[in-house]
Amino acid sequence: MTLLLEMRGITKTFPGVRALDNVNLRVAEGEIHAVVGENGAGKSTLMKVLSGVYPAGSYEGEIHFAGELAEFQTIRDSEAKGIIIIHQELALVPLLSIAENLFLGNEIARRGIIQWNEVNRQARRLLAKVGVSDQPETRVEKLGVGKQQLVEIAKALAKNVRLLILDEPTAALSESDSAALLDLMLELKAQGMTQIIISHKLNEVRRVADSLTVLRDGGTVSTMSARSGEITEDRIVRDMVGRDMAQRYPPRTRQAGKSLLEVRNWNVRHPDFPDRLSIRDVSFDVREGEVVGIAGLMGAGRTELAMSLFGRSYGGDTTGTVLMRGEEVPVATVSDAIKAGLAYVTEDRKALGLILEEPVQRNITLANLSAVAERGLLNEGRETQVAERYRRSMKIRTPSVMQKVVNLSGGNQQKVVLSKWLFAQPDVLILDEPTRGIDVGAKFEIYGLINELSAQGKGVVMISSEMPELLGMCDRIYVMNEGAFMGCLSAEEASQERIMSMIVSNMETV
Amino acid sequence: MAEATETAPTGQRMRDYLSNHLREYGLLVALIVVMVFFQITTNGTLLRPVNLTNLLLQNSYIVIMALGMLIVIVAGHIDLSVGSVMGFVGALAAVLIVSMGVPILVACAICIVMGGLIGAAQGYWIAYWRIPSFIVTLAGMLVFRGLSLWLLQGQSLGPFPREFQVISTGFIADPFPAGLGQALAGLFGERNINVLALLTGVVAAALIVWLGVKKRVANRVYNVPEEPFAFFVLRNAVVVVALVFVTYKLASFRGLPNVLLTMGILTILYAFITEKTVLGRQLYAVGGNQKAAKLSGIKTERLTFMAFVNMGVLAAIAGLVFAARLNTATPRAGFALELDVIAAAFIGGASMSGGVGRIVGAVVGALLMGVLNNGMSIMGIGIDYQQMIKGLVLLAAVIFDVYNKSKKA
Repeated sequence: MTLLLEMRGITKTFPGVRALDNVNLRVAEGEIHAVVGENGAGKSTLMKVLSGVYPAGSYEGEIHFAGELAEFQTIRDSEAKGIIIIHQELALVPLLSIAENLFLGNEIARRGIIQWNEVNRQARRLLAKVGVSDQPETRVEKLGVGKQQLVEIAKALAKNVRLLILDEPTAALSESDSAALLDLMLELKAQGMTQIIISHKLNEVRRVADSLTVLRDGGTVSTMSARSGEITEDRIVRDMVGRDMAQRYPPRTRQAGKSLLEVRNWNVRHPDFPDRLSIRDVSFDVREGEVVGIAGLMGAGRTELAMSLFGRSYGGDTTGTVLMRGEEVPVATVSDAIKAGLAYVTEDRKALGLILEEPVQRNITLANLSAVAERGLLNEGRETQVAERYRRSMKIRTPSVMQKVVNLSGGNQQKVVLSKWLFAQPDVLILDEPTRGIDVGAKFEIYGLINELSAQGKGVVMISSEMPELLGMCDRIYVMNEGAFMGCLSAEEASQERIMSMIVSNMETV
Repeated sequence: MAEATETAPTGQRMRDYLSNHLREYGLLVALIVVMVFFQITTNGTLLRPVNLTNLLLQNSYIVIMALGMLIVIVAGHIDLSVGSVMGFVGALAAVLIVSMGVPILVACAICIVMGGLIGAAQGYWIAYWRIPSFIVTLAGMLVFRGLSLWLLQGQSLGPFPREFQVISTGFIADPFPAGLGQALAGLFGERNINVLALLTGVVAAALIVWLGVKKRVANRVYNVPEEPFAFFVLRNAVVVVALVFVTYKLASFRGLPNVLLTMGILTILYAFITEKTVLGRQLYAVGGNQKAAKLSGIKTERLTFMAFVNMGVLAAIAGLVFAARLNTATPRAGFALELDVIAAAFIGGASMSGGVGRIVGAVVGALLMGVLNNGMSIMGIGIDYQQMIKGLVLLAAVIFDVYNKSKKA
């Protein structure tokens, strides 16, 4: 097998940090190669070296691409050679059409005038390749995240791509969208396209990857090949974290106490189309010490449900009652909901959970400033103590609590958001995708924390698109689809298949 | 990386600290450099007691409005109407006092309430209807410019009674026996020394040092990375020398202007509110990430609304100060002044995207612009060059910010 890409002895240092230390990566022509590692292991840095974000000369080591020594000075150089990276954060312009996005910076034009017929014809061809049936004139903002990801791939195909790099491509996708994307990857492979996938989701990696490189602390730990059957999840996890992880989900003694939160006949109107219901007649309850899951596909209405309960943050009118410990409580504003004992940890921590340019300390105390103030006057000493307490107990890795949150890794940012809500002293925490985009080690810590909360008698509602996570953590799982609850499964009866079949059976009847 | 910073040698730590706080030191250094430059080029006129007093009087209304503008900008908005509002309130004061003979205190109260109402009228659309502040206040700028013209019938109106003029032109009487002042004057070889002014400067300097030391001690207890000792000493020395120097100069002229007192109290008040209170913290949160702030239980709309009400009140105070200083209300009062005020906030380190900026920065920014104006005027530089230079200073300050930020990333 011929090598398409070989990165040899790559070492990249920043002032005070050695981000990459003698990393080797060998990708064969026509294979799907997975690069895995915890956050901060050096995956992104390696890809930036490869794509010329860090120009040749700023690192040690050699890159050989398609048989020749590559010394890229800019991203343009690497793209010209056919190395295209699709980043985790999508780079589409929402207000432009699919076709316009596909050829952005690469327009089909004659003397500066865009040839729209040709553009649309080509766009249709590319969209067909990635299995998107929408019209090329459709604006990208109208598409779901899953389809946007596919459009990104189509955009890469529009260029002369030889090596396609997907950075966490399924991080924001639901199970079915992820499956579609992985299928597409396999199909592209069948057509001879070499691909690199960076992912945290080991089951996905195992499904598509022919070979795999594990990075840890800026170094190559191991390389495995699917053909020799070396790729097992346990082995990957062991190499990634440098220790055996006997169980992916820490054990917990299950004990459900008195009823804590009860939601009855909750209906929410769509904020833009008041004649449409976003949430239809949802009722559920959470008991003391219970972890309750809400399963469903992307767009099933889980986030809408959580946000509508949390001070009508979703918008739209609501009807129904919310009871805390048997008594009806108002939740019309966020401060009402916080007072009632609710906390909502958002799925979008950067946009909705954190003030990125502010220090860790100020983010932690934001939802409960009165606890570090007297008569409106802040006590910064006490505030620092609080922040330090959470830094230690939550193991937030930061040089100091005065560090800006934007400089922390995803897992540590998530811990800051969780700290903020723990400090607000809620009775029930609604966690919306609490482990999205964070690495295995940090995930394990967050699971441990959820167990700790339940041991303290708090109720936890866990919304997740990763079914194994729900199955591993929850006492009961509500299955949601199209704004309504399809049913509830106990931990014993729940399985991935049963949850899926509950969702699908509903879809067939509609 | 945590270990790296903890064990770094002193030089490295100082460099790190300096690069993180380059903006604050830079502003202070810029102010000093500009002052030294003009002191030399104007043959010492800049720091003459008379000129120094004038400089403060000339810029007082800009400083006062910069306080409100900083808050509006931190909240993530902008207010283009302040110059017009200031002019309108001055016109209102003239009509009330000169034409209608309303008692001065009542008239001032009416004017300040009017400022608040104007702020509320604009803030309402911005906060609750989410209409961009740029547009709402652009409309306000035209409306209140027109209203001042209408109110004054296109004419200037004045003069004001003496009791009104003292808002701007008055000085605080020295409560200490005259003998003490003369004794001190003899000591320093001056004609007279206003003991109150000098004492205020010394006490203020001592207070600043004391608060700084207190903060350092607290930081040490809570293990917050602190300013290297050398910087701390140097920065405080500069501030102390500057404060004592300026008040000494003022003391050797006519003492503390009333306006300086107004300005000083307002500056301290707003610095305190923005840095030490829950309200201030929430304001920065709203500007930093409105959605996250809202989901943390902060009443973001009300805060935005209040920021504009506050801006209106401060514009009204500035309007009174301005009218009292000119001793007449003209339809052109405050024309294009909003740009100076906004420039002061940005030179002082505020960020267009909100959530960043300090009151002290805005005040120093306003003073920097004031010194530039004053120095260039004394040198006889034409208004054409003055405008160009001021524009370039604003651009340079913001480029400095952006460059500094991109270097760190």
